[in-house]
Amino acid sequence: MSTLTTADRPVGVGAAKPARRPLLRGERGRLASVGLHGLLTVAAFVAAFPVAWILYISLGAGKDDYLHPGRILSRMTLSNYSFVVNHTGFGTWMLNSLIVGLGTMAVGVLISASAGYAVSRMRFPGHRPLMYTFLLTQMFPVSVLMVPLYKIMANLGLLDTYQGLILVYCSTAVPYSAWLLKGYFDTIPVEIDEAGRIDGLSPFGTFWRLIVPLAKPGLSVAAFYTFLTAWGEVAFASHFMLSADKYTLSVGLQTYISQYNSQWNYMAASAVLIAVPAGVVFYLVQKHLVAGLTAGGTKG
Amino acid sequence: MTVAVQGRARKERRDREPRAGLIARLRRSYDQHWYAWVMCTPVVVVLAVLVGYPLVQGVILTFTNANSLNVGRTIGVNHIPDSYTWVGFQNYVDLLTGPDNQLVPHFVWTIVWTVLCVVLTVGTGLGLAVLMNRKMRGRAVYRMLLILPWAVPTFVTVFSWRLLLSDGGAVNGLLGALHLPQPSWLSDPLAMKVAAILVNTWVGFPFMMLSFLGGLQSIPSELYEAAEMDGATPWQRFTQVTLPGLRPVSSTVTLLGIIWTFNQFNVIYLLFGANGTDSVQILVTYAYELFFGQMPQDYAGSAAVGVICLSLLVVFTGFYRRWMNRNEAAA
Repeated sequence: MSTLTTADRPVGVGAAKPARRPLLRGERGRLASVGLHGLLTVAAFVAAFPVAWILYISLGAGKDDYLHPGRILSRMTLSNYSFVVNHTGFGTWMLNSLIVGLGTMAVGVLISASAGYAVSRMRFPGHRPLMYTFLLTQMFPVSVLMVPLYKIMANLGLLDTYQGLILVYCSTAVPYSAWLLKGYFDTIPVEIDEAGRIDGLSPFGTFWRLIVPLAKPGLSVAAFYTFLTAWGEVAFASHFMLSADKYTLSVGLQTYISQYNSQWNYMAASAVLIAVPAGVVFYLVQKHLVAGLTAGGTKG
Repeated sequence: MTVAVQGRARKERRDREPRAGLIARLRRSYDQHWYAWVMCTPVVVVLAVLVGYPLVQGVILTFTNANSLNVGRTIGVNHIPDSYTWVGFQNYVDLLTGPDNQLVPHFVWTIVWTVLCVVLTVGTGLGLAVLMNRKMRGRAVYRMLLILPWAVPTFVTVFSWRLLLSDGGAVNGLLGALHLPQPSWLSDPLAMKVAAILVNTWVGFPFMMLSFLGGLQSIPSELYEAAEMDGATPWQRFTQVTLPGLRPVSSTVTLLGIIWTFNQFNVIYLLFGANGTDSVQILVTYAYELFFGQMPQDYAGSAAVGVICLSLLVVFTGFYRRWMNRNEAAA
């Protein structure tokens, strides 16, 4: 929030003069105000409506209620939720997803932060190719990697384990986070590192004790990104997690669709439950979001 | 696991030194940079093992006739070895000139999809960022609501869109109330394409908006003050100050947007399901269909489509970066 307010600039002097001159920043007529709020309200409505809609549908007990939304209003019920929580593997899936999501977040942020810091601060041979590789890995389609990756995981004994899935997700989430964090570290003055080095800290000590605490906004955005990557991924999870007690939510939900094919109300309820942890993580990092992304964007 | 591999990688580097010949220089370089390398090692190892090596394997697969019947696997205690054979460029030839000639229409649609989606997401994101970047009431609320499509996992929001877009769903209800035509969004080929692009724009714009919002705040206010002194109109300030100031951000996020949209798997796959009609599949989902949508699963063909996607993106990125660098040099 604080980052936003710093951007507000003082209104130019002489703003009250009625002479014909271009409007200054920070000024707007009444009509413009109405237009601005009108546009933003429409946009916010479009953005939020599908999310609100699924919440609303999840309260209707009948499986065809989504076709007759008017019916739900008169008889809202939480029965879908109690069914999903009590009569399916939802709890297990949720737990697995949390383990994998938080694991990816921890491992991914740690290794991408150290790599991002090295690339940002040290002009070592190979830092340019490394950044380019990060960009390159964003381009790999799932279909090329799937079979070979499956074999490697099998050979390493990582198939159907949390560690395996966490590592796979790291390989997809880390390049962008490292890029983002490199940009953020670039905005922290090098003098801080130098002061730390003069006071006798090792390079790692400088990184860990001085830079990491300063880089919290960037780190929290990276954390958000890695968590969401792991939380919403479908293709790898459905082929690497084989036993039912290791299913993550996205896999579990697929078994669920075939089992209760037309019962959209249960789907809606579980979708809402899935969105909750992501929303919590989002809420925790949202005030850092703009600052964190900026740095990453400007210093690509 | 990471620790062990990390140690090994470092030793390899030490092994390499004498072989290179320029011992003194390498040692100096090593003394200077070893900690930088150590800090990068975990990432490099993870990427090498889980992206680099599979990629090489995957490319090799495209020159074989591998499918789900002849790839080695372990069933219980029995291990079945690989039995696929080398076929050279046959897969690529089949894809490009084969009897059903699938690749070209998918390719054209993928390009249309990528261009439209990126233009729409970047345009919407930029527009909203400019609107939001000022003092006004309720900005925190607007921002919160506008980020929702990004914050909620795609398979949840796309599922909601599926309900909204279904025949007799809320979108068609609204169109009906306005006496507009009500296309069947999830089965008519053209309507499906429109729906896919709109949903993807909805999913993608918050990221663009946030990035641009950050970029807008990093433009020094002195530039605007100078422009005002010179009597620039708001539109001139936008085109002469804001847009050039946003160039570092916009070039990066546009490139990322192109790459992500080109490889956008979730939206199309989740919106139309695996049994969706063929014409709406972009290359990535088409490759997935080859992979899992049929028996026997065609690993080689699928990987070949993937390799084609990848090479297109690599070539494109090369040109894009050169073009950006030239623009920067000219500016």
